[in-house]
Amino acid sequence: MSEAGATKKFLYINRKAPYGTIYAWESLEVVLIGAAFEQDVSLLFMDDGVYQLVKEMQTKGIGMKNFTATYAALGDYEVNKIYIDKDALTERGLTLDDLQHLVWEDENEDWAEKDSIHLVGRDEIADLLDEQDVIFNF
Amino acid sequence: MLHIVNKSPFTAGALQSCLRIAKAGSTILMIEDGIYGALDGTAVSGQIREALGDITVCALSHDLEARGVNGKVLDGITLVDYDGFVELVTANDGVQSWL
Repeated sequence: MSEAGATKKFLYINRKAPYGTIYAWESLEVVLIGAAFEQDVSLLFMDDGVYQLVKEMQTKGIGMKNFTATYAALGDYEVNKIYIDKDALTERGLTLDDLQHLVWEDENEDWAEKDSIHLVGRDEIADLLDEQDVIFNF
Repeated sequence: MLHIVNKSPFTAGALQSCLRIAKAGSTILMIEDGIYGALDGTAVSGQIREALGDITVCALSHDLEARGVNGKVLDGITLVDYDGFVELVTANDGVQSWL
């Protein structure tokens, strides 16, 4: 518990592919709301959730908005802890190069650009869950 | 028979059930999240490659493009647009949607 007692650790777990269901988009909306309240936010993408971060989506043909461009703005909202299950990537034939390159600027280091994305394995995911005050599932 | 699969092979058993039942000479069309079954280098690619011997496998190009994976489709899979989707429905005697 922080001194103020108001900041909690929020983890958003994303396990669904984009577009086929509304979960991915809804999660992003809730993440941005949480960030506005200056909570300590982390995002975890596992299972089909890793598909949300695939780059160069062209959604005109399915008549839906490509909401995934918003992930690139997360760094500006100080959402810069983005974890990706590396086993989920491997199972899907994907590598980091297939995903958007998400970064944030560290004001304590002269706004140096840093990677937001961290590849994690099952043990790190288990620890990540243990650290949280609140977990949201999408 | 035209078999339609709209669920990811990693979250639902639809593709597995479809592959188990689909006869030689039939066609499978992957749409929506089902298109993840059409990609190379995944945990199910080997199964699809095997099925391609006697089953025609198609995937909806708009759904591949929307998900940014149109460059990763397995060799041997036919890409169709919405007109192609309609043609497949009319060319086949029956349609089974594995929801």
